[in-house]
Amino acid sequence: MLSDKDRIFTNLYGLRDSGLAGARARGAWDGTKKLLEMGEDRIIDEVKASGLRGRGGAGFPTGLKWSFMPKESDGRPHYLVINADESEPGTCKDREIMRNDPQLLIEGALLAGFAMRANTAYIYIRGEFIRERERLQAAIDEAYEAKLIGKDNVHGYPFDLYVQQGAGAYICGEETALLESLEGRKGMPRLKPPFPANMGLYGAPTTVNNVESIAVVPEILRRGSGWFAGLGKPNNAGTKLFSISGHVNNPCNVEEEMGIPLRELLEKHAGGVRGGWENLLAVIPGGSSVPCVPANQCQELAMDFDRLLEVKSGLGTAAVIVMDKTTDIIRAIARLSYFYKHESCGQCTPCREGTGWMWRVLERMVRGEAEKSEIDMLFDVSKQIEGHTICALGDAAAWPVQGLIRHFRPVIEQRIDEFTANPNPQGAVRAAE
Amino acid sequence: MSVRPVAADQPESFAFTEPNLTWAKQQIEKYPQGRQASAVIPLLWRAQQQNGGWLPQAAIEYIAELLDMAPIRVMEVATFYTMFNLAPVGKYFIQLCGTTPCLLRGSDALVEVLKKRIGEQNQVSEDGLFSWLEVECLGACANAPMVQINNDYFEDLDAGKLQSLLDDLEAGRDVTPGPQNGRSCSCPEGGPTSLTDSSLYTGSDDREAPAVAAMNAESLANGEGHEVPRVAREDKAETVLATFDNEKEKAVEETGSDAPTDEFAPAASDNAKPIGLPEPREGGADDLKKISGVGPKLEETLNSLGIYHFDQIAGWNRDNVAWVDNFLSFKGRIDRENWIEQAGNLAKAVEIKTLTDDSRGDD
Repeated sequence: MLSDKDRIFTNLYGLRDSGLAGARARGAWDGTKKLLEMGEDRIIDEVKASGLRGRGGAGFPTGLKWSFMPKESDGRPHYLVINADESEPGTCKDREIMRNDPQLLIEGALLAGFAMRANTAYIYIRGEFIRERERLQAAIDEAYEAKLIGKDNVHGYPFDLYVQQGAGAYICGEETALLESLEGRKGMPRLKPPFPANMGLYGAPTTVNNVESIAVVPEILRRGSGWFAGLGKPNNAGTKLFSISGHVNNPCNVEEEMGIPLRELLEKHAGGVRGGWENLLAVIPGGSSVPCVPANQCQELAMDFDRLLEVKSGLGTAAVIVMDKTTDIIRAIARLSYFYKHESCGQCTPCREGTGWMWRVLERMVRGEAEKSEIDMLFDVSKQIEGHTICALGDAAAWPVQGLIRHFRPVIEQRIDEFTANPNPQGAVRAAE
Repeated sequence: MSVRPVAADQPESFAFTEPNLTWAKQQIEKYPQGRQASAVIPLLWRAQQQNGGWLPQAAIEYIAELLDMAPIRVMEVATFYTMFNLAPVGKYFIQLCGTTPCLLRGSDALVEVLKKRIGEQNQVSEDGLFSWLEVECLGACANAPMVQINNDYFEDLDAGKLQSLLDDLEAGRDVTPGPQNGRSCSCPEGGPTSLTDSSLYTGSDDREAPAVAAMNAESLANGEGHEVPRVAREDKAETVLATFDNEKEKAVEETGSDAPTDEFAPAASDNAKPIGLPEPREGGADDLKKISGVGPKLEETLNSLGIYHFDQIAGWNRDNVAWVDNFLSFKGRIDRENWIEQAGNLAKAVEIKTLTDDSRGDD
C-alpha cells in the first residue's frame, strides 16, 4: 500500500483547511520560483522522465504532449486549457481536487503554462459543479491576492487563470469539443489534424490537460521525476486517484499506487465487495467507456494501463464500478448505452444513429424480447460505430456493449429463452366463465 | 442527442438586472477582444438563474444582441446544452442522477419517491415547489445515489432520506447539502483508510469551519426574487461558505471573544438566557423538529443551549427570545414562525399523552 508520505492529495477528503494558508502548510507553493528557474525545457524533460501519463482517460504521456507546443511564438499567444469537465460515469476525482486541494491545481497550471509558454489558462469545469466552481474561483482569487499568479506576480511570469463553465454536455470532455464550447459554440468535436498544439483555442497553439495531470506536476517537480517514476511499474508510473463506486461496502475516492491489485484496492479502502469477494460479478475498471471485466479475471488483476489492456479493458480514468451478483448486468450496460445516446453530439451518423439503435436493442434484451441472432448483429453494429467517428465517443459507446457480449452472452441468451418460453408473464388470457 | 422544444408560453421580454449586466461585462473581459462569444454559456446560465430556473426565448435573443452574435447561434447553444431549461421548473428543481453507478446503488427507489411526491418528470407540482428530471451522470459516483437540487448536491441518499429532504424543503426547514450519512466528501464511511499519518500535517491547517453549512431552504430556492436575483448573492463571494465565515468573524470582533466556534456569538447579556437543562428530563427530549421551522441542525443548536422540551420554549419571555435569536443564522425566525405558540400547543399534547400513558399504567 502506498505510504501516506507518497500521497500528493493530502486534503482529498476536505478534512483540513482547503484555503491558501492550509494548502501552504501542506507544502503547496513551496519553492515554486525555484521550479520555474529550471526553465521551460527542463520542466518538460522532468515531466517526461517521471512517466506521467494523462489522467483524463486516454493515458497519453503528458510531457510529450507539452513538447508538441511550438518553442517560439509566431505572434499568436499560447493557451493552456484544463479539462475539468468530469462527466465519465464512475469518475468523481477531479471534483475532490477542485474543492479540497485547489491550490495544487493552480500551482500546476502556472508551472505547466510556463513550460508551454502560455500566459493564459482556462479551466473548463462542468456546469453542474456549481459549488466546486465557487470554491475553485475563491481559491484562484486567493492566489491572485497573494500575488502567486496574475499579470504582476512574485514568480515573475505573467499568468492569468480563468474559470469557464460548461452546461451539461459530456462531449465537452473531448478536447476539441471543449475548445468549441469555450469559443461559445455547440460542443462538436473538430477533425484532427490540425491538432490543438498547432491550432487550438482561437486558432492559437493550445494544450488541453486533465485536472489531475496538472495538479500532480508541482509535487513531481519538487520531489524529482525519479520519485514519481519509482512508484508503480515502468510505463505505468506514479500515483493515481481511484474512484470506487457501485457494490462495495464503503464507496470512496482514494489515491493509490498505479498497479495496485484490484482486490487489495477494494478491500483496503472500500470495505470490500458487498457480500464478500465471492459475490463479485464484474467490474468496470476505468469509467463507463471501458469494457467490463468478469469476476474470474479479477482475482489477480492489477490496476494499470498495460495490465488492463491485456484483459481487453482499460484504466481509463481509474473509476472502478463494482457490480455484485445481484446486478442485472444487461440493464447496467443498457443504462450506459442510454447515456451515450443522450450525450452523442449528433455530428457523425454512425454515433448519432448507432448509439440510439444499440440502446433500443439492449432495452429489449433486458426483457429478453429479442432474437438470439440479434446478439451477433449488435456486436457487428458496435464494430461499425467504433473507429468510424470523428471523436472517441463512438468507441466509448461501443466498448461496454462489446464487453457485455464477450463475457455475458449466456446471460443474454438465457433471458431470451425465458421470455420466449413465457412471453406473457401474466399467463395466458382465459375466457370468462 | 436530446431534443427539447421551447415552452409554448413565453414572456414578452427579458433584460439583465443592473448587477447582472455589470457581471456580464466582467465576464466578457476574460476573453481576448472579438472573442466575446466565449461568454455565451455563462451569460445564458445567469439569465436562467435570474429568470427562476428556466431560459425564455427573449433571454436568448437578448444575449445574442449583448454578445453581437446571430440569434440562431445562441439558440443552438441553448438547445444543445441540457442544463438550459427551456420550460419553467419548480422552485426546487431536482435533478436525479440515474446513470449506472447511481442505478447500482438504488436510484430506482429515489425515482419512486419523486414520482409519488411530484409526479412525472418535467412537470411542476401544483404548489409550484417541485419539479424533477432524470439526468446523466453528475460526477458524484462515490456518493451515489444522489440528486442535485438547484445549485447543491445531496448525496448518499436512500428513499427515506430523500423523502424527509422533500418534507424539510416543503416546510421551509434548514437542509444540509452534501453527503446525508455524515461523512466528509468521498471519505470512506467509518473514517479514512489513508492520510492518517499525522506527521504529514503540522496542525496549522486544521479546519476551522465545517465544509458545508446548513442552508436555509430559502437560500436554496430557485427563482428567488427578480429584482435581487439569487445570483447576486452568489456573486458576493460566489460562496455561501465565505458569507458564513465573514459573519462569524464579524460576530467575534464585536464581542471580542472567540468562544462559540460554529455559531454566532451572543450579543445580549446572560440575564436574558433562558433556563437550560444539563440534560433532557426523564423520558427523553421532545422532538423539537415538530415545531415548523426547526430542522435537525437547529434542534442540535437548541439542545446545546440546554433546550430539550416544548414547555421550555413555550415559557420564553422577550429577552429569552432575543438571546436565543443570536444563536440562529436567520434572525427573527422565532417570532416569524411563531415558535412559542407552536411549542405551547405541542407541550399540551405531550402533557395529555403523558397523563393518558400514566393512567393506563395504573390499570
